[in-house]
Amino acid sequence: MKAQVGGYARAEDMAHAIRLLADAEGMGRVLAGGQSLVAALNMGLSFGDLLVDITGLSDLRGVREEDDRLVIGALMRHADVATDPLIARHVPLLAQAAPLIAHEAIRNRGTIGGSLAHADPAAEFPACAVALDAVIRLTGPDGEREVAATDFFRDVFETEMREGEILTGIVVPKTQAGERHVIREAARRAGDYAIAGLAVVIRGGAHRIAAFGTGPTPLLCTVAMERLDAGDVDGAVSALSDALDPPSDTQGSAAYRRHLAGVLLHRIATELGEDV
Amino acid sequence: MTDAFRNRIDLELTVNGEAVELTVPAGRHLIDLLRLDLGLTGSHAGCEHGVCGACTVLVDGAPVRGCLTLAPQLGGADVWTIEGLTDRGLVADLQAAFVARNALQCGYCTPGMLVAAKALIDAGGTPSRAEIREHMSGNYCRCTGYEAIVDAVETVARDRAEGAMS
Ligand SMILES: Cc1cc2nc3c(=O)[nH]c(=O)nc-3n(C[C@H](O)[C@H](O)[C@H](O)COP(=O)(O)OP(=O)(O)OC[C@H]3O[C@@H](n4cnc5c(N)ncnc54)[C@H](O)[C@@H]3O)c2cc1C
Ligand code: FES
Ligand code: FES
Repeated sequence: MKAQVGGYARAEDMAHAIRLLADAEGMGRVLAGGQSLVAALNMGLSFGDLLVDITGLSDLRGVREEDDRLVIGALMRHADVATDPLIARHVPLLAQAAPLIAHEAIRNRGTIGGSLAHADPAAEFPACAVALDAVIRLTGPDGEREVAATDFFRDVFETEMREGEILTGIVVPKTQAGERHVIREAARRAGDYAIAGLAVVIRGGAHRIAAFGTGPTPLLCTVAMERLDAGDVDGAVSALSDALDPPSDTQGSAAYRRHLAGVLLHRIATELGEDV
Repeated sequence: MTDAFRNRIDLELTVNGEAVELTVPAGRHLIDLLRLDLGLTGSHAGCEHGVCGACTVLVDGAPVRGCLTLAPQLGGADVWTIEGLTDRGLVADLQAAFVARNALQCGYCTPGMLVAAKALIDAGGTPSRAEIREHMSGNYCRCTGYEAIVDAVETVARDRAEGAMS
C-alpha cells in the first residue's frame, strides 16, 4: 500500500508550525522522524493527513541545562540520545534506553519527542520519563504548558496533548549524588518492542519503578517501590505482579508478562546489590 | 484548508554523488523515489513498515529505512544506494565476502544487508559475532539462515582490522 497524504508543509519556525496546525482544521499531523507515522501512512492506517514537518525547527534540537534540570529537545534522535555527553552524565537512564530501541537505521531518524507523543505502551522513553519524574513541555495556540510525565500518558497511543499542540521537549532532574538508573527488558530479538520491561531510578534512597509493555501506559508501581525501599525484594516482586494487568497477545500471555516483570525486578535488585 | 500544504513537492538532493532535481507526490517515500522516479532498482521494498530492512540506504552518511523516510523531508540530503556504493568500490570487500561465503541466495535482502554491514565495519574494531548479530538484527533474510552473513561480516571486519595494523 502507498501513503495517501492530503499535503505536506515544512514549518519555518514554531509560530509557523502552530499556524499550520491550526489551518489544517483537524487534519494536521506533526511529522518528526517519521519512524512510526510513515509506517502507519504506508499501511493505510491513516490517510488525508496534512503533514506539518517540524524537523526544521532548530530550537527543538539539542540539550540544555536549566539549573538542576536538563531540557532535552523533542527532535533529539534516538542515536543522539545514546551518545550525548550531557545526557550520559546527568540522565544515564535515557542513554541506556536508547540502544534498546529498534535498530540503528530507525534510531538514526526517530526522535524522543516522537516517541513520547506516539505513546506506544511498549516504548522505552515514556517509561523512563515516568521513572525519572520528568515533565513534558508543550507549545500550542494558547502558549506553553508543562505536564508531569506521570499524568501525560492516558491510554494506548493517547496522551494529554491537545489538538494543535507540539511537544517541544522533556525536562528531567539531573542525577543527584548516589542516584542509580537501570533499564531492563525482555524482547524476542534485539530491537523488537519489549514484551515486558522495567525502568528503575533510585533517588535519595527512594525507588521509582516504571513498567512498560505490561499495560496500556507505562505504570508507576508504587507499592513495589515502597517494598523495595524497605529492602523487601520478594514483597516488591509480588506487589509488582498484583499491580500489573498485562495484555495477552501473540508476543506473550498476561501471566508470562507478569512473570517476566518479576524476573526483571529480581535481576535489577541483584544488580543494584539489594537482593541479599 | 490553506494552500500552505502541497500535494507535490519540488526537491533538490544528491543521489550517489549526482545532483538530482525532481517533483514528488507528498506521500512518496525514499524507496519509491529511487526505484520509480530515478530507476535505481537496487534498493528493495519488502514490508514498507520498517521491519525487514531490505530498503536500508545511506542518508547523510547514516543508514536509514528508505521506506520510512518521506521524500519531501530530503531537500539537500546526500543519499547513497547500493548502485553508487558498488561503483565507488565502497563495499567491494563485503560483496566479495558475501559471494565467497554464500551469504546470499535470492539476493532480495542483500543491498540492505550490505548497507547495514558497512555502517558496522566502517565504525572500526572487530565486533564479536554477538555484536554482529545484534547490529544486523533489523535486516531479515528469508534464504540463508544468517550464519553465512555473520561469517562474511566477521571476515571483512577482521581483514580490515589487520590491514589497518600492517
Ligand atoms: C521496526 C520498528 C521497531 C521499533 N521498535 C521500537 C522500540 O523497540 N521501542 C520504541 O520506543 N520505539 C520503537 N519504534 C518506534 C520509533 O522509536 C519511532 O521513532 C518513534 O515511536 C516515533 O518517533 P518519530 O520521531 O519517528 O515520530 P513520527 O513517526 O514522526 O511521529 C509519531 C507520532 O508522534 C507525533 N509527533 C511526533 N513528534 C511530535 C512532536 N514533537 N509534537 C507533537 N507530536 C509529535 C506524530 O504526529 C505522530 O502521530 C520502532 C519503529 C519501527 C519501525
Ligand atoms: S521495506 Fe523498509 S523495512 Fe521493510
Ligand atoms: S538472500 Fe534471499 S532474503 Fe536474503
